[in-house]
Amino acid sequence: MSESIVLDIRNLKSHFFTAKGEVPAVDGVSIQVPAGKIIGIVGESGCGKSMTAMSVMGLLRYPGKVVDGTITLDGRDITHLSPKELSTVRGNELSMIFQEPMTSLNPVITVGRQVREAILLHQKVSRDEAKKRVIEIFREVGIPEPEKRYNSYPHQLSGGLRQRVMIGMAMVCKPKVMIADEPTTALDVTIEAQILRLMKKLCREQGTSIILITHNMGVVAETCDYVYVMYAGKVMEQAETFALFENTSHPYTQGLLKSIPKLNEKAERLYTIEGVVPNLLHLPEGCNFCTRCTEADARCRKEKPALYQAGDGHGVRCFKYESEVQLDGK
Amino acid sequence: MPQNESVILRHVFCKGSILPEYLQTTKDKEKERGFSVLKKVLKRILISIPVLIGVVLAIFIMLRIVPGNPVTTMMGEHVNPAVIEKVSKEMGLDQPYYFQFIKYVANALRGDFGTSYRLNRNVTQIIVEAFPHTVKLSVLAAVVAWIIGLTAGVIAAIRQNKLLDRLFMGCALMGVSMPVFMTALVLQYVFAFKLKWFPVSGFDSLNAMVLPAIVLGWNSAGSIARMTRSNLVEIMQNDFIRTARAKGLRESGVIIGHALKNAMLPVVTMMALQISSMLSGAVLTESVFGVPGIGRLAVNAIETRDMPLLQGTVIFTTVLIIIGNLVADLLYNVLDPRIREGE
Repeated sequence: MSESIVLDIRNLKSHFFTAKGEVPAVDGVSIQVPAGKIIGIVGESGCGKSMTAMSVMGLLRYPGKVVDGTITLDGRDITHLSPKELSTVRGNELSMIFQEPMTSLNPVITVGRQVREAILLHQKVSRDEAKKRVIEIFREVGIPEPEKRYNSYPHQLSGGLRQRVMIGMAMVCKPKVMIADEPTTALDVTIEAQILRLMKKLCREQGTSIILITHNMGVVAETCDYVYVMYAGKVMEQAETFALFENTSHPYTQGLLKSIPKLNEKAERLYTIEGVVPNLLHLPEGCNFCTRCTEADARCRKEKPALYQAGDGHGVRCFKYESEVQLDGK
Repeated sequence: MPQNESVILRHVFCKGSILPEYLQTTKDKEKERGFSVLKKVLKRILISIPVLIGVVLAIFIMLRIVPGNPVTTMMGEHVNPAVIEKVSKEMGLDQPYYFQFIKYVANALRGDFGTSYRLNRNVTQIIVEAFPHTVKLSVLAAVVAWIIGLTAGVIAAIRQNKLLDRLFMGCALMGVSMPVFMTALVLQYVFAFKLKWFPVSGFDSLNAMVLPAIVLGWNSAGSIARMTRSNLVEIMQNDFIRTARAKGLRESGVIIGHALKNAMLPVVTMMALQISSMLSGAVLTESVFGVPGIGRLAVNAIETRDMPLLQGTVIFTTVLIIIGNLVADLLYNVLDPRIREGE
């Protein structure tokens, strides 16, 4: 990865302070986002993908808190910004799309005005000019009859259209990085493909980098340039998309890929990774995955593995690939 | 073709339009929306007619059941019975109740609510004279209620479970549960009698209006504050609040621009519905502070068995409450686009 890095997340730790104890939802995650690329973060529910995104956006609320690590956007440390500084970054240089297009838009304000608000917040333009831009971006994200839709309320639009509005809102200030937190999970499969294609197109045209958070390996294969596989708050494996599918190294990633049903194989039962995600309050002493790993040995249960380099830009958090070079820089 | 006709009629009355949806233009839809609001208003007015008749009947019967003859109240206990009989006859009180009732309703429909026994003047005229005072009092009280209630509610929601929240909500609970006459007497004692900031009673200067307005508004302020707080706390959990934050809005912008409008929907409706409690509060407030409004009129009418005046004020207030409910309904329509459309 020799391209210029726009967003550099180093050793990010976000913890939740609950009555039962401190929960390490994000535990030392490092992610580099090169300009104009699509980065995937994959993992099961509760593995910390969304929390990573929320931490980057500064959207973590009590009882969650970023306790360690740095987030650098285009050379500027944005880890601990004041609310005033943060409001100039959010929605402008860094934007986010959420999972639920149904509930992510304000029901009593027209979608046009909601998008226009984003422009007026960050750019010095007149209301009319902003409105023109909203209509323009609506057209770009493929909303039919954009002039008419400007005055629509969210409940008058379908889920796919609402997600297009969300994308429009996130893209309208031409951000450097856009985080998409499972943008297609709540949508039909046919709409999913359209939305992904749209995001890819915008990314290419505007040079915006995208962090795509998903649990769908198919989506990753189709859209992403580089992939991070997360499990229980840690990155388990990271590689270029092609390498990840070609040289799947970590037992967890292998399990994930094996769990996808295939058309050309007949199986009585679908493959599953045995066991459940460990309680983050009581993580195993050794590797976070050792309780479910079929290849775990005594050492895996005692020691925590680092992220070892297994190839060019390919890191694996597993003792099987132990090498001198460690990617998480400890 | 009778069948076709019925289809058309059904369309007109059920959907408000003959054209199927795919043939309608936006203009048609807007027209239809206007129709549906109009239809709603008409429907509500029609529904309120039986309510009004019921209220008139109830007050009529009640006034004739309660002991006390208006003529003796008016003329004193020790008057010649023959005179009492004569006056009763003049006033039509010797006639059967059903006859009195029909006559009353017939006159009322023509805008004539009779003549006050005590003041010997046209009831409608008396009410029209007193009404502006009640309106002034209620509007001032509503302003007090909105300012105090909204501010306290929003601050409490932002500082949820902190000291300010507890303090404001404690006051709000007191406001909701303290009876109007109690608040009135306490404020009168402290601010008028001891501190001498305001006059004890009267309603002729702005200074004199302060205490009555606070007393009457206090109660509503409490419920507005409580409702605003709980709605706002709930709304702030919504996904679209996160979107607003992600957009780059600061917390104040998020609350004012996005949360408050949603949180206000039920509060606005509640306020319109509270016209009834405002009016009943006005009866007490006006009596305590000597405001010459509808409420005091009603109290005086009860004390002197002034039947026409009492009937007049009750009917008048009933109409006000019906209008208030209608306004509440329509307000919701205007404010919430989901309901506006969903008809």
